[in-house]
Amino acid sequence: MPSSTEHGRPDPETTTPAPSRDGRPVSDRGDTVCVIGAGASGLTAVKNLTEHGFGVDCYERETGVGGAWNWRHDRSPVYASTHLISSRPFTQFPDFPMPDSWPDYPHHGQVLSYFERYADHFDLRRHIWFGTEVVRVEPVDGDRWDVTTRSTGGYGPERTSRYAAVLVANGHNWSPKLPRYEGLEEFRGEVMHASSYKDPAQLRGKRVLVVGAGNTGCDLAVEAAQQASRCWHSTRRGYWYAPKYVLGRPADQVNDALLSWRVPLRLRQWLYHRTLRLTVGDLTRFGLPKPDHRVYETHPIANSQLVYYVGHGEITPVPEVARFHPGGVSLTDGREIDPELVVFATGYLPRFEFLDPQILGDADGSGRPRLWLHAFPPGHPTLAVAGLLQPDSGLFTLAHWQTVLFARSLRLRRDRPQRAAAFASRVAAGAGERYAGRVKDSSRHWFEVGHVDYLRAVQRALDDLEGK
Amino acid sequence: MSGTTEERVRILRGREWAHPVRAARREVLSAVPELDEGCPPLLFVPGFGHGAWAFAEHWLEHAASRGFPAYAVSLRGHGGSEPAPGATLRAYTHDVVQAAAELPRQAVLVGHGAGALVVSHALARYPARAAVLVAPVLGGPATALAALRANPVGTLPALFGGALRLHRRQLFGRELPDADARRHLARLGRADRRAQWQLLAGRPAEPAVGHPPVLVLGSPDDRVVPPAALTRAAGRYGAAPLLFPGMGHDLMLDTRWQEPLDALLDWLVKEPGRR
Repeated sequence: MPSSTEHGRPDPETTTPAPSRDGRPVSDRGDTVCVIGAGASGLTAVKNLTEHGFGVDCYERETGVGGAWNWRHDRSPVYASTHLISSRPFTQFPDFPMPDSWPDYPHHGQVLSYFERYADHFDLRRHIWFGTEVVRVEPVDGDRWDVTTRSTGGYGPERTSRYAAVLVANGHNWSPKLPRYEGLEEFRGEVMHASSYKDPAQLRGKRVLVVGAGNTGCDLAVEAAQQASRCWHSTRRGYWYAPKYVLGRPADQVNDALLSWRVPLRLRQWLYHRTLRLTVGDLTRFGLPKPDHRVYETHPIANSQLVYYVGHGEITPVPEVARFHPGGVSLTDGREIDPELVVFATGYLPRFEFLDPQILGDADGSGRPRLWLHAFPPGHPTLAVAGLLQPDSGLFTLAHWQTVLFARSLRLRRDRPQRAAAFASRVAAGAGERYAGRVKDSSRHWFEVGHVDYLRAVQRALDDLEGK
Repeated sequence: MSGTTEERVRILRGREWAHPVRAARREVLSAVPELDEGCPPLLFVPGFGHGAWAFAEHWLEHAASRGFPAYAVSLRGHGGSEPAPGATLRAYTHDVVQAAAELPRQAVLVGHGAGALVVSHALARYPARAAVLVAPVLGGPATALAALRANPVGTLPALFGGALRLHRRQLFGRELPDADARRHLARLGRADRRAQWQLLAGRPAEPAVGHPPVLVLGSPDDRVVPPAALTRAAGRYGAAPLLFPGMGHDLMLDTRWQEPLDALLDWLVKEPGRR
C-alpha cells in the first residue's frame, strides 16, 4: 500500500524484505526504538535513547511538541493562568536547566517554550513524525513490536512498522474522568469538565460551583473567586492547603532541605503542621472541614490564594454534592445551592487504547496497569511506559530517569544478555510496588509517588544494572 | 570511551534542589559565522582570574571564521559578569551549564585552566557534544604544589584565601610583546576564596552525561600546569594530550594562539561523534 508521500518525506528505510501482517506489508525498522508521544516524557525518551546510541522513531498525533503543555493541542488541559506547582529546580530536566532568569513558578507558556528549546537544542525533531497517531501496538516474536500508525483523524491508509522496542509516553492528563451524579442529566445549568476550561471569560459574572480539590480544582476556585459573581467550592474532605512560599522560599525547596538532612517523616509533619498553623492558620473557622489525615499523606495542594479568597468571602467552601435537580444542587449537608455553571475538576484517567490491557498487567480491565517503577511491565523487556506518575514534585525529572533506565536496560540486553535477564526477574518481582510513604486515598492516586522514594528506587535499579 | 560499565550517576540531588544557585547576570561574548554551516557552537570557559575577554582577543573571531559559532562566558565575579562574593565552584558550574543551555544547539565546552575543572563538573549536568580541556587545572594538592614551585610569592597568599598573583612568565611565552603582556595582566581579576579552596580540595567531578569525547591540550613549557599534570588529565579521559611547546599557560593570548585553536577545530571536524 503506497503511503510514502503522506508525510512529505521518505519512508523509514526497510532493512529486510517485508514480512506481512493481515496481508499488509510490515516495514522492519531493525534496532530502532519507537516512542509514542512527543510531550515531556516522549521528548526526554527520544533524547536519552539517541544519547545511548539507539535509532528512534517518535510518533506524535499533534503537529507540535510539548503534549499537554502545548495549549494549541486539543488534548491539552492547560488554561490561560496555569503555572507550575513545583518550583524550577524540581521541574526542569536534570541535564537541561530552565533559564535562571525565569520565575520560581513559570507559566505554562514558558514551559512550552522550554520543550521547544529542548527539542531544537538536541535536534530531536528529525526523529519525530508529527500528525501521526498510533492505532495498534502488538507484540511479535523475539520481543519485538508491530506498531500501526495513521494520520491523525483517521485519514489515509494505516501502515505498520516493526520495532525492537517501544516506549509509551502518551500522557495521562487528557481523558477526563467525570463522576456520576443522580439527576445530572436534568440539571438545566451548564456543566463542563476542567479540561474544557481555557479562559476566565468562561466564568465571568456567573454563579459557579467548582467540584474537586486537586490543584486544578483549587486554581479554578480562585479564578472563579476573581471572575464569577459567586463561587462555591465542593470538596470531599478537608485538605492541607500548602502555600507556595514558606519562610521566604518556595515551599518544596524548604521541604527538600529537610529531606536532604534526613529529618524523619513524623518530625517533618509536625514542623509542617506548625508552620501552616502559624501562617495559614486554622481553616475550620472558615467552614472548611478539618483534614482527616496528616500532611504528606495526600497529593500536595500548593495554592496560596485559595485560603485568601475564602477569607475574603469570595469562595464558599461546601461539602460533596448529593444530587442535582433541574434548578440546583443538593449538598450532603442538606444545603441547596443554585449554580449556573458546574465545573468538574475531577481529574483524568490514563488510557492506552492501542495496547492490549493484558500486556500492561491490567488483566481485569480496571485501567490500572501493574508495572515495576510504574514503567516496566513484567514479561515484556522491550516495552516501557514513561511519565505515568503523579509525583509530589515535578514529573519531568522522574520521566528523564525512567527513560535513562529503559535505554540502559535495552543496551544491556544487547551487550550482556545474562545481566538483562536478572533485570527482567527484578521487574517481575517488583511489579505493583508503590513509592509513596502512606497515601490516604489510594483508590484515586494509585500512581502517586514521593519523588525521593521513587528516585531512590530508580537509583538502586541503575546501580544494579551497572553491577555495582 | 564506550562500554557497558560506567561510573555511578547520582540522581538524588537534594542539596541542589533545595538550595538552587542564585542567578547572577552573565557576560557572554560571541562571534558567529555569517553563514550557518551546521557546526556545533563552542562555549569557551575562562579560568580563575580571567574573563570572556581572554577569548575575545583572538579565538572567538578565528573559530567563527572557520564556521563555528563561538561564545565565551565570564564566570560570576569575573570580567563583565555580576560581582558575586562567596561564589563557589557549584555556582561557576551553574553559570556554564546555564550559558550552554541557552545556545541554540548542543554545544562543545572548552575550558581553560581552572575553567577546565568547571567544565568537567558542568559535563555532569549538561550533555555536551564534546569537551576540550586547555591547559587544565583540575585541582587537588598537586596543583598547589606545582604553583608553589613555579611562583612561591604569588601563590602562598592564595592558600590562605588571598588573591593568586600570576607571574608574566607563567602565563605567556617569551615572544609575546611586553605591552600586550602588561595589558593582559592588568585585566586579571580573582576567583572567590571559597572557589579557590574548593579547587585545592579537588573533589572529583561526577561522571559526564552521555559520554562526550574529550580532548586535552597544553604546553610542556606551561609553568602553571606541569607536563605530568597534562598527561594525568588526558589519561582520565583515555587519551594523550596534544602539546604545543614553547607556549605559556594562556595559550589563547600567546603569540602563537592560532596553532592550538586550529588543532582543536580540526579535532572537532574529524571527531566522528559520541561512541
